Amino acid sequence: MRASALLHAADLTFAYDATRPVLAGVSLDVPPGGIVGILGPNGSGKTTLLGLLGGTRRPTSGTITLDGRPLASFSRRALATRIAVVPQETHLAFEYTVLEMVLMGRHPHLGLFEVEGPADVATARDALAAVNAAHLEDRDFMTLSGGEKQRVVIAAALAQATDVLLLDEPTSSLDLGAQLDIAHLLGRLNAERGVTIVVSTHDLGLASGICRDLVLLRHGRVVAAGPTATVLSGANVRALYDVDADVHLHASTGHLVVVPLHRTP
Amino acid sequence: MTPPVRLRLRTVLPLFAAVAVAAVLLAPTVGSTPISLVRAFDRAIPWAENVDAQIFFVARLPRVLAAALVGASLAASGVVLQALLRNPLATPFTLGVSSGAALGAMLVIAAGLDMGALGVSSVPLASFAGSIVATAIVYWLARSQRRGLSTNVLLLAGVTLNSFFSALILFVQYLADFTQAFRTVRWLMGDLDVGGYGAIVAALPLVVLSFAAFAVLARSLNLLSLGADAAAARGVDVVRAERLAFLSASLATGAAVSLAGPIGFIGIVVPHLVRLLVGADHRVVLPASACFGAAFLIGCDLVSRTALAPLELPVGIVTAMIGGPFFLWQLVRHS
Repeated sequence: MRASALLHAADLTFAYDATRPVLAGVSLDVPPGGIVGILGPNGSGKTTLLGLLGGTRRPTSGTITLDGRPLASFSRRALATRIAVVPQETHLAFEYTVLEMVLMGRHPHLGLFEVEGPADVATARDALAAVNAAHLEDRDFMTLSGGEKQRVVIAAALAQATDVLLLDEPTSSLDLGAQLDIAHLLGRLNAERGVTIVVSTHDLGLASGICRDLVLLRHGRVVAAGPTATVLSGANVRALYDVDADVHLHASTGHLVVVPLHRTP
Repeated sequence: MTPPVRLRLRTVLPLFAAVAVAAVLLAPTVGSTPISLVRAFDRAIPWAENVDAQIFFVARLPRVLAAALVGASLAASGVVLQALLRNPLATPFTLGVSSGAALGAMLVIAAGLDMGALGVSSVPLASFAGSIVATAIVYWLARSQRRGLSTNVLLLAGVTLNSFFSALILFVQYLADFTQAFRTVRWLMGDLDVGGYGAIVAALPLVVLSFAAFAVLARSLNLLSLGADAAAARGVDVVRAERLAFLSASLATGAAVSLAGPIGFIGIVVPHLVRLLVGADHRVVLPASACFGAAFLIGCDLVSRTALAPLELPVGIVTAMIGGPFFLWQLVRHS
């Protein structure tokens, strides 16, 4: 265990059914201020791992600590002031406005009968401005485009004022422009606000573009983990996805570019 | 900068409360003998000589207060269950509570055990017991799932229990003699003529208890409508909130149905109208729906006792006449 880790997971196992664990022996460290990407094919356990890290699910075995303290010892509310989660997609049963949606992020900071005050509204507006969605404030959330929704949900997570942000495939249903917006946004939030980010994704561009560390997950096990520059290699892409790929260094951005060639025979 | 919810709590709620209070005060003045509200509240006139006050307080107010209590309970329970099931088309009767209550009432009426003591008759007691049994069955089924309450199991168990109890109700009616069978049918149509304050006083603590739970839950209900995981990630103890929501809504519904029979459509019409007027925040929708539900049922009951006077229409039929077409319009609007 690295002493400096903000979020530390050791030997996590999660199973609905003991014969087919979803995760087995997964360990990872998230340094404070880091951006860690979790890559893996569908069904590799990425979403489950994020659920465990966010404390909304309990591991079957293994431990997770936040600042060295077991996650299980935090109350639901206390944990929600430290870790925010952005799910893959958000559907609302009722017609909330964007501002109402973002203000829901203030929930763990409010007392039982406390109503959001001007300071909470200021926090929510600041979060909306940070994701370039201030102009959407009065819109009905369900009428937004996919990219706008994702930005608003990220704003709600920011309004939660946590030091860790977990995102589950935040760009998976977005077009190229919106994908780029989210990637820039996450990089900026990390750089300007010091938000520690853990993001699961299929988007290798996002992974190489903003993630400093990667964890490669397959069949619920860690295939490789470490700094992006060393982990994102042709051999690892092949081991992860059964796809032969060329990995180049892109001259002007300095990021690795993965060009998939064909399915491994 | 005033936060929107504070603004609405300050401006909208007093309006809804005023509508409810106005309905309670004005409805008793309407009837076969017109009375004056001023005279009814005139303390200078001795009670024995004040016919207006006697009609107001003895003959008509209990019925109006029963309508207010039942309307508020059904509307607020509807709001809570819609949030719990994440489905704006759920009603307080979706989860089997009312059919349990109805079966309890049917059994007592058909067995000829209908009797009263201390102003509380055995029919509402049996009906309340039935609602508790139905709630316990649905809760137990949904609880045995892996994680907390499964809303899918809640829904399936509730709907199935509704059908099952309805079949038992038909069976009991089939076995009952003609008079009793007619009384059971009349009970199912809803009746707010509670005869005095006794039944209202008996139901009130249950309703107050449920409403206290609703008040505690209000903000969590907003978050639950994002889904269980998203609510948990924002600090809601989802398992506890869902259990409290189900049990408190069932308690309020059981109390309301025991008092006046299963009066339909209040629990869906009122929350929908209120959401159109005040938005989706449950901290506003819940109290506004309770007030508006009270006023709405008082209004429907007024129609039921005046439209074909001296004949009295069953109030459940009046709410269905208004609620049925409205519900269908909502379905079309949502699709």
